[in-house]
Amino acid sequence: MDFNDSPEEAAYREEVRAWLAANAAEHKSARADVRKPNSPEHMAEARAWQARKAGAGYACITWPKQWGGGGGTPINQVIFNQEEAKAGVNYPYFTIGLGMCVPTVMAFADDDTKRRFVDPAVKGEEIWCQLFSEPAGGSDVAAVRTRAVRDGEEWVINGQKVWTTGAQYSDYGILLVRTDPDVPKHKGMTMFWIDMHDPAVEVRPIHQMSGSSEFNEVYFTDLRVKDSQRLGAVGDGWKVALVTLMNERLAVGGASGPDYRGIMNLAREVGALKDQALRERMADWYVASEGLKLTRFRTMTALSRGQTPGPESSIGKIIAANQMQDLANAGLELEDQYGILNDPAVAPMEAAFQQTLMWAPGLRIAGGTDEILKNIIAERVLGLPGDVRVDKDVAFKDMPTGR
Amino acid sequence: MVDPIREKAVNFDYSDDQKFLKGEARKFLDARCSAAVVRGVLDNADRSYDEALWKGVAEQGWLGVAIPEAHGGLGLGHVELCAIAEELGHAVAPIPFASTVYFVAEAIMLAGSDEQKARWLPKIAAGETIGCFATSEGPGAVTPASLKGKVEGGKLSGVKIPVTDGDIADVAVVLASEGGRPGLFLVELAGVTRETLKSLDPTRGVARITFDGAPAERLGAAGEGFALTEAVFDRAAVLLAFEQVGGSDRCLEMAKEYAMGRYAFGRVIAGYQAIKHKLADIYVKNEVARSNAYYGAWALNTNAAELPIAASAARIAGSEAFWFASKENIQTHGGMGFTWDVDAHLFYRRSRQLALVAGAPRVWKERLVSQLERKNAA
Repeated sequence: MDFNDSPEEAAYREEVRAWLAANAAEHKSARADVRKPNSPEHMAEARAWQARKAGAGYACITWPKQWGGGGGTPINQVIFNQEEAKAGVNYPYFTIGLGMCVPTVMAFADDDTKRRFVDPAVKGEEIWCQLFSEPAGGSDVAAVRTRAVRDGEEWVINGQKVWTTGAQYSDYGILLVRTDPDVPKHKGMTMFWIDMHDPAVEVRPIHQMSGSSEFNEVYFTDLRVKDSQRLGAVGDGWKVALVTLMNERLAVGGASGPDYRGIMNLAREVGALKDQALRERMADWYVASEGLKLTRFRTMTALSRGQTPGPESSIGKIIAANQMQDLANAGLELEDQYGILNDPAVAPMEAAFQQTLMWAPGLRIAGGTDEILKNIIAERVLGLPGDVRVDKDVAFKDMPTGR
Repeated sequence: MVDPIREKAVNFDYSDDQKFLKGEARKFLDARCSAAVVRGVLDNADRSYDEALWKGVAEQGWLGVAIPEAHGGLGLGHVELCAIAEELGHAVAPIPFASTVYFVAEAIMLAGSDEQKARWLPKIAAGETIGCFATSEGPGAVTPASLKGKVEGGKLSGVKIPVTDGDIADVAVVLASEGGRPGLFLVELAGVTRETLKSLDPTRGVARITFDGAPAERLGAAGEGFALTEAVFDRAAVLLAFEQVGGSDRCLEMAKEYAMGRYAFGRVIAGYQAIKHKLADIYVKNEVARSNAYYGAWALNTNAAELPIAASAARIAGSEAFWFASKENIQTHGGMGFTWDVDAHLFYRRSRQLALVAGAPRVWKERLVSQLERKNAA
């Protein structure tokens, strides 16, 4: 039980460090210091870095070399991610595409389609988004209403998706639609890939309660797609979606915002560091966040030993998101009346506690709500029975719907 | 400040050999430490531990797992001892293992002279000597200001209460003051007045020990009694955390097994989200406790500078996980869980015994935050 690389891992890390030392500095100096996320400049910088990684086999380390990958192991990928983050050259734009969408295309598309799409995605030339969630189906992803009707060799699609990350800058997407409302809901869906630049696709940013707009609504009005854009058989969309969703928890980001150190600094500043009630909570936050960090090390150990990581990785977001919310609120209370201020110019730590407070509800929901994650732990980790279902044997069109 | 361990891939789990040892311990305890054995101590006021199990554990060599071979132990290491501790917690074993091994043997290995080590460690490893660790004198945590036990001219006087395993121990390590300065002392208990008291966890007995001029031999430097006690508590905290993790896992297993077989409103209660989410909450706390315990094991085994912080976190997380798992296990069992005949209360009792025996979590939280304050300011 220790925190050391194996000799092979240490050698790989040295190789990665050497490559990053040679390339990261050059990359950064060639680019303006653009740090505004989602800006065209920042995107261009990200694409250039992705292309550079692809050229060296670091873009998709665990993929086979024939598809532009590195032919490496999951622990190689973990090591690269650690070193890349330390070098300050990691970008978020390709995670969903390369982590979820393109693997789905690779699993279900014909060779021509794969040849067309995999390489540009690996190099960062084309970005993908995932179009599953709908206004009527959040946790119940299979409650898809967006409708596709066959018209010869084409399908005509109408409907709406929601909470689509990156839709505003994506070139392609994978889209889950209902093709047969007369059969039970899990049987009547089909998956397609679509061109996000088609005029029949409209992307509208969601004005979130946090004030910002990272997510989107996507509307389809008589969008026509070819039958050759279908991924998997007609009616097999749910099976295809499960392949995509298997990777989702790996793609959803962790918590952000102040940690116990942030609270400790604020408490010192306002003279509350000796507050015994606060100190007990700081101890609890430290223990939970350390537990989370150390649990990730256990996951990495499983990878390092060539094992599939166990269910321990499923606890992460439940702990992180709740702690983030709780800790942000404690920060506000420490600031007392000043906590009402949400102005980065005057509020302590540039209003980090306020902004975290307004983001935390989203993290508790995105990528599986607390409640769904607990169901997953109960059913898939502990082996408890699934819920009694009333939607298994009823035609989708006859299912009761609320708002 | 960069955390060095963040930079590495890791080997953060038991090794294959350690897993094998743990598996063998599980088999041994399944055979030798059934609920009937635990209840044999619980239901007999005149029995403070299970002698046959104690003898068996000694024969397995577990008492000397972390004791060097030169002193009659197996000389394996503390991670191996953690693996054994996890299984003893899982089995809610009614033996003085923690007092003898986590406290007394650790105290002697930490602070003892060569002569003291040579005298006591072989006897502990062989199961010939039971030890106890005596600090408390009354309600509330003992402090330098409250300490009343005194050593004068090599003779100890004072009352220690409660002392876990104090009624059956052969030797005690006692916190007392000498010349106004705190010290730790080794005291043989033959002839010393001891009274068995009623324990919240009768499978782990407690006593009042009244010292009246008992010969006492200092363990470690003069004046270092509190620092040494804290250092012993740090080591014991990690080992106790593994017992807590083992006990928490057992509670989750029991709750699941009961919920899968109990029908209400026409189906198993394990299918209701109120139960599923409760069990998921137990699972999350257990994993947080396990990860913190592993870090403690690493720090203990390597004698790392991080040990005081790692031990505090392991103890806080282990105490919280076992408390939560043991009380929600009873809740999952419904009315049956409140009966004497269902084993759920054995774990509820043990969760409190383990959470208090090296000082309450409240005190450890303050210790942790004080240390983080210093680390953060540095």
